[in-house]
Amino acid sequence: MNLADNRNIAASRTAVWAAILDPEVLRTCIPGCKEVTGTVDDGFEAVVVQKVGPVKATFKGQVEVSDIIQGESLTLTGQGKGGPAGFAKAAAKLRFLDTDDGGTVLYYDMDAKVGGKLAQLGSRIIDGFTKKLADQFFERFQERLEDQTDADDTEENDEKPKKGWIGRLLG
Amino acid sequence: MAADGGMGHATKRREDVRFLTGRGKYTDDYTPAKTSYCAFARSTVANGKINSIDTTAAAEMPGVVAVFKGEDFAEVGGNPAGWAIVSRDGTPMQEPKRPVLAHGKVRHVGDAYAAVIAETLEQAMDAVEAIDADIDELDAVIDMAGALANDNTLVHDEIGTNMCFDWGWIEDNRAATEEAIKNAPHVTTLKLVNNRLVPNALEPRCSIGEYDPGTGDYRLTTTSQNPHLTRLLISAFVLGIAENKLTVHSPDMGGGFGSKIYHYGEEALVLAAAKKLNRPVKWTSTRTEAFLSDAHGRDHVTKIELACEKDGTFIAFRTETMANVGAYLSNFSTVTPTFLHGTLMAGNYTVPNVYVNVKTVFTNTAPVDAYRGAGRPEATFSLERVIDKAARELGINPVEIRRKNFVKPDQFPYASAAGLEYDSGNYDALMDGLEMRADLAGFEARCTTSAKNGKLRGLGINSYIEACGIAPSNLVGVLGSRIGLYDAATVRVNATGNISVMVGAHSHGQGHETAFPQVVADMLGIDPMSVEIVHGDTSKIPFGMGTYGSRSLAVCGSAVFRATEKIIKKATLIAAHMVEAKPEDVNFTDGEFAVKGTNKKVSFGDVALKAYIPHDFPIEAIEPGLEETAFYDPANFTYPAGAYACEVEVDPDTGKVEICSMVAMDDFGNVVNPLIVTGQVQGGLAQGIGQALLEHGVYDENGQLLSGSLMDYAMPRADDLPNLVVDHSNATACTHNPIGVKGCGEAGAIGSPPTVVNAVIDALQRGGHDVEHIDMPVSPGRVWAAMNG
Repeated sequence: MNLADNRNIAASRTAVWAAILDPEVLRTCIPGCKEVTGTVDDGFEAVVVQKVGPVKATFKGQVEVSDIIQGESLTLTGQGKGGPAGFAKAAAKLRFLDTDDGGTVLYYDMDAKVGGKLAQLGSRIIDGFTKKLADQFFERFQERLEDQTDADDTEENDEKPKKGWIGRLLG
Repeated sequence: MAADGGMGHATKRREDVRFLTGRGKYTDDYTPAKTSYCAFARSTVANGKINSIDTTAAAEMPGVVAVFKGEDFAEVGGNPAGWAIVSRDGTPMQEPKRPVLAHGKVRHVGDAYAAVIAETLEQAMDAVEAIDADIDELDAVIDMAGALANDNTLVHDEIGTNMCFDWGWIEDNRAATEEAIKNAPHVTTLKLVNNRLVPNALEPRCSIGEYDPGTGDYRLTTTSQNPHLTRLLISAFVLGIAENKLTVHSPDMGGGFGSKIYHYGEEALVLAAAKKLNRPVKWTSTRTEAFLSDAHGRDHVTKIELACEKDGTFIAFRTETMANVGAYLSNFSTVTPTFLHGTLMAGNYTVPNVYVNVKTVFTNTAPVDAYRGAGRPEATFSLERVIDKAARELGINPVEIRRKNFVKPDQFPYASAAGLEYDSGNYDALMDGLEMRADLAGFEARCTTSAKNGKLRGLGINSYIEACGIAPSNLVGVLGSRIGLYDAATVRVNATGNISVMVGAHSHGQGHETAFPQVVADMLGIDPMSVEIVHGDTSKIPFGMGTYGSRSLAVCGSAVFRATEKIIKKATLIAAHMVEAKPEDVNFTDGEFAVKGTNKKVSFGDVALKAYIPHDFPIEAIEPGLEETAFYDPANFTYPAGAYACEVEVDPDTGKVEICSMVAMDDFGNVVNPLIVTGQVQGGLAQGIGQALLEHGVYDENGQLLSGSLMDYAMPRADDLPNLVVDHSNATACTHNPIGVKGCGEAGAIGSPPTVVNAVIDALQRGGHDVEHIDMPVSPGRVWAAMNG
């Protein structure tokens, strides 16, 4: 399947570029991710637990970074093996462009395929599932970067008094 | 004289008592002491190069007894194809080796490359996960046209092509057929797909291997439709175990539909492992494994042309078909799309020219082989769809165009243009019966009612012929068969007068345990309940070819008949001795031997006892005992035929098709047990309706089976089926077997798919939609798309 979209992120291109290659950022943003280790040069290793329809599995996979044009574009190629659940493979091309207001627009174009039990049992839902996963990832990624940016800009953020849950509801 | 419950009696199936009360004994119910359990590592890619398979970690997992890889079986034989086909240019078919476990390459998703044996099933499954297989995924060939066009991506590198053979039938008719089509006043052309099906027997495959080091005897308990053939394949081709040191036993079985005819690698593996480990090894397929590794059915892509006069008189049929054989040649995968398909391409018709071309194609998918109907559903679907289209184009009623071309009753025996000799039939009588039972005259009124309810109603008509009990051996041998197609039975009259009949056929839903005794009891004038059928165990039964192709009663039943004739002859000799008469003066009727013109008689039971206590037998003249064996090799196929009608309602808003009625008017020759025959037809109809509306084995372009579970592979359920009207009263007896029977097991699955599709197209046409064809399954999505351009 193919998935192409873009995201506007209120953070500088340098910050977005750095974040997408930061194992810790990836770990917190990839849904179900338990562990990410490695570097851009050696590639990353990740452990992700996901449930697709009736199939729940722990995927252990490698991600390679290639076609790097510093600050502009790169390709992430990954494959994860989920034991008896099968496998997932994906290649994503990412492009980073400045927006007029100092933010970054991140374009992604991803091809993914699954095999084994995942394909047999989950094929009906795999397209929607992949889209949901991508949305969740970028949602978190964006939140994290923008929070980070807010935090950098306004130091008092952290000092805001914590509200009770009624307070949160009322904003 | 028919005894109570003899020939023609609708006796309830005696075996159903144990099946319905949970007392059936299936393969998986058998767990010998010290059984170990086997689980397989199967490929998740459609085509892959095996770089290495590291089983070190798996071997150290708790409970693991042994791990096997493909290289452990590299030296043993391969699982062969049972029929050699010669291409049009005279070259033999391509026959790549089919190993016990994949070695070097994996060729379809589900291809087993390693096996773990452990103390428990769970331990074996856990250890399979610990196998570290380094397999490079390669490009795969999935669709047939792509596979034929692609010389770079090969399923089997060593043969240099993805084509198994290019077959022409009858090659000598090719030029004449081409000429006839060229000069014909009207030619109708149709391209169609016969959808791939996954058999889905209720009981998945299961195999248990045992070895006795004391005697050197092997025992395989397995789900097989033909245990003797499985034993022969294992002995002569795969493992080389002496045939007399191997017993194959197939006990009660929850359906086969063709998928359990074949020998599979798992059977060889559990046997070899049992010997090596000196303990029983058991494997039971999961439903997922069944989807991935059972031989699938159908999967043809066909272009058919029908040339005819303007008045609808047929001049020629010509087809070009691509038939998928999957990644390996399953045992009967080469005969199914050829001789079981091309020879039926004249249908019930006096068409003078037929030419069939079939290219079989290797793809990176599960093997494809015979599935209920096996080639004949594909032939019937092509013929009856194109005939329907031609009728519409020419403005001729679909019943009339068929009647116009039927072989007439006085033309039998009839040599068809596709090379068969039909021995008997009356197709007009079947159509007459259909018009009555289906109330075709009332259709227009029902159409109006449906229209008032906002539904589009359609009527589908079909007439089919099929060929059952493939034979005789001397003919099939010439055509490339590597086996004989006879069957065998031993009738053993016990001293106390009851009877054991050991048969080569295997019963797994066909009701042999009830129907075969009806034949014997009828001949001997005794109670059928005193006759017991023994089947499925090679150590007990004579060498027979098992059950498939609707052959059991016509072929094995005839062997039972012949053996019983021998029993009567021998018993007459004994009776004559007992009553001190000449054998030629003794008549046998109603279970009694009587001397003509006297009141001297002796009962069958007394003769049986005497046979085993022969105190006063003349030693030279009469052998003790009363047991006879017959091997029966039929002179011809049997040719069941039928006329079917189906009415559907299509919901114009959703495209959903509801089957309102299905009437099957079949000619099965003489009927031994009408209740069983009706059940067989109903089951076949359900499977045919499943194919027409619901079922589809779908691979994506990477070779992943998308409809790989019962969530996505739609099996027919009770509420998908209408009341099925089954009528087999318009019968013409088979002329060449002693019981006069034809085959009934597959008819419903052969006749129903085109009937349903014809009805759907008719409904759409009547509703003003110019739709010529929709490929099966005729799902709501497809119908809606066809209606909405």
